[in-house]
Amino acid sequence: MTPLLEVSDLVKHFPIKSGIVIEREVGRVRAVDGVSLTLGEGETLGLVGESGCGKSTLCRAILQLTPPTSGSVKFMGQELVGMSGRELRPLRRQMQMIFQDPFSSLNPRKRIGQIIGDPMDLHGLASGADLKRRVQDLLDRVGLRPEHYNRYPHEFSGGQRQRIGIARALALRPKLIVADEPVSALDVSVQAQIVNLLKDLQDEFGLSYLFVAHDLGVVRHVSDRVAVMYLGKVVEDSGTDDLYDRPIHPYSNALLSAVPIPDPRRNEARERVVLEGDVPSPSNPPAGCRFHTRCPWASEVCASDEPAMSDYGPGHAAACHHPRNTA
Amino acid sequence: MTREPLLRVDDLRVSFATEDGVLQAVDGVSFDLAPGEVLAVVGESGCGKSVTAQTLTGLTRSPNTRISGSVTYRGRELTGLGDDALRDIRGEEIAMVFQDPMSSLNPVYRVGDQIVEMIRAHRDVSKKEARERTVELLTSVGIPNPQARVRSYPHEFSGGMRQRVMIAMALALEPAVLIADEPTTALDVTVQAQILRLLADLNRERELAVVLITHDLGVVAEVADRVVVMYAGQIVEDGTVDDIFYSPQHPYTWGLLGSLARLDRPRTGRLAQIAGAPPSLLDPPSGCRFAPRCAFQFGRCDQPPPLDHDGGTHLDRCWLGGDVKAEVRP
Repeated sequence: MTPLLEVSDLVKHFPIKSGIVIEREVGRVRAVDGVSLTLGEGETLGLVGESGCGKSTLCRAILQLTPPTSGSVKFMGQELVGMSGRELRPLRRQMQMIFQDPFSSLNPRKRIGQIIGDPMDLHGLASGADLKRRVQDLLDRVGLRPEHYNRYPHEFSGGQRQRIGIARALALRPKLIVADEPVSALDVSVQAQIVNLLKDLQDEFGLSYLFVAHDLGVVRHVSDRVAVMYLGKVVEDSGTDDLYDRPIHPYSNALLSAVPIPDPRRNEARERVVLEGDVPSPSNPPAGCRFHTRCPWASEVCASDEPAMSDYGPGHAAACHHPRNTA
Repeated sequence: MTREPLLRVDDLRVSFATEDGVLQAVDGVSFDLAPGEVLAVVGESGCGKSVTAQTLTGLTRSPNTRISGSVTYRGRELTGLGDDALRDIRGEEIAMVFQDPMSSLNPVYRVGDQIVEMIRAHRDVSKKEARERTVELLTSVGIPNPQARVRSYPHEFSGGMRQRVMIAMALALEPAVLIADEPTTALDVTVQAQILRLLADLNRERELAVVLITHDLGVVAEVADRVVVMYAGQIVEDGTVDDIFYSPQHPYTWGLLGSLARLDRPRTGRLAQIAGAPPSLLDPPSGCRFAPRCAFQFGRCDQPPPLDHDGGTHLDRCWLGGDVKAEVRP
């Protein structure tokens, strides 16, 4: 069976230009630098990594919201890279996005009914009274009330706005939803509501999620598979339980051990890998393994040779010269 | 604890006059902070935790604000203090670190100059001495190459490094209390771990007392000695870190703990969620403020419950009896 989404060797570089009249390229921000992923139907792929590692750019490049520099994105068997806007339009129906910030991702001058209904109207799925009924069904489905139809975004709380964003994404009955940090702006109790809602909707509509978050607990909760990104590259790609039980890449180890656990005694007893320093700049990534500047296990080979992805068990791959937790 | 508290907050109330009416942001908050203690104030957005923190050093004073109750530092009342006297307390005795290190630093001045200026505003020292002290401070918070970095501008630092600069600045006058308002919320987990470790070291080495405002229970478990849980402007539970994590008494605390997707527990199908949303502070419920969202509410919840002892130092604001709680607690 072909996967719903197949990303291979996707690259997105942003040129750094200098000069006023004659612009020259003086460098490149290697935001996404050769990423390969697959996502099956009805599956959730979690994407984790620190800020600036290219998670959001990867999402945008997959959805062709920003044209990739090279590589391929196959969605439902069709190659998206290089398609014209006109060719893409019918496919866009099938792939929708949920954004992080529920405040800036809704047009403050439109009513909720328009925000959710306009995409259906534009794609010719419904109109008139039928449109209104379908919007109200959706509102009901995401835990809002039908009478919210005529309200404006500012009348809602953060959690409710995120529900509106979810309803808008669902309006076109997509197959794929790319959720870029959908719960990070929300309070924990509301986070749980939204995470549960996303799971229910997945079961009901058979959705596939590409779920981006920096909260490793939430990612573990929702994902079937998880990819760990560092400086524009995927360093580990694994089934969720396998990754959390047996992280191979030192970066995955460090990320997991940096998460404070809400259990004071266990927290104290835990062995921690605390990383020194910050993520290097993606405009000038380190040679060899990109993580070697912060890696406690780095050796000479790491500074010169870039490790390739290799397998450490079924469906568990990592790119490292000094893998951890290999029995 | 027999030691005299460093900071004592008693029945603090803060309200703001808004276009829609009077918003009671903090409604009768009391707690003590002992020397060298790390007290975490936990709660969701809008529960009044930041307003409480800011009121401690008089940052919420404005014509639209009404403040009542008392805040005493080493026995000295701060709420009625004049602006000049308060300025001496701020920084010298009680310092603050905020969530967003980018907007707390002036972008057009070198970070070294900002710290030097701050030291010279409070201490009668030469520029040279202040500069030496600045380098020393930057070293102590773990900024590499501090001699050169004093000449950098805020934008040349990463988020974690900026937060270190803020902490260095807060420590410049050797305060006894540090109020840290969501100091790691804007940071990545790996950097958060570094900053938390730094705070823990400072607390241990300098006996620095810390009031840590946060919404992250993981962070609380990692650094706090004592925890105050706030909901809708009130304290709903107050206890040691072990009390809160191993025998929480308030249904809201249960809800908060339950709604976490935890790495230390097996994966579950669904997260326990707290239904609904926090009440508006313009018109809070007359009885227990958590009752409308509480799964265990009963007749008595129409009346506001007091913040009660269960015999020891563990307080909670709930009508349920101890035996009932032991039974229903998730």
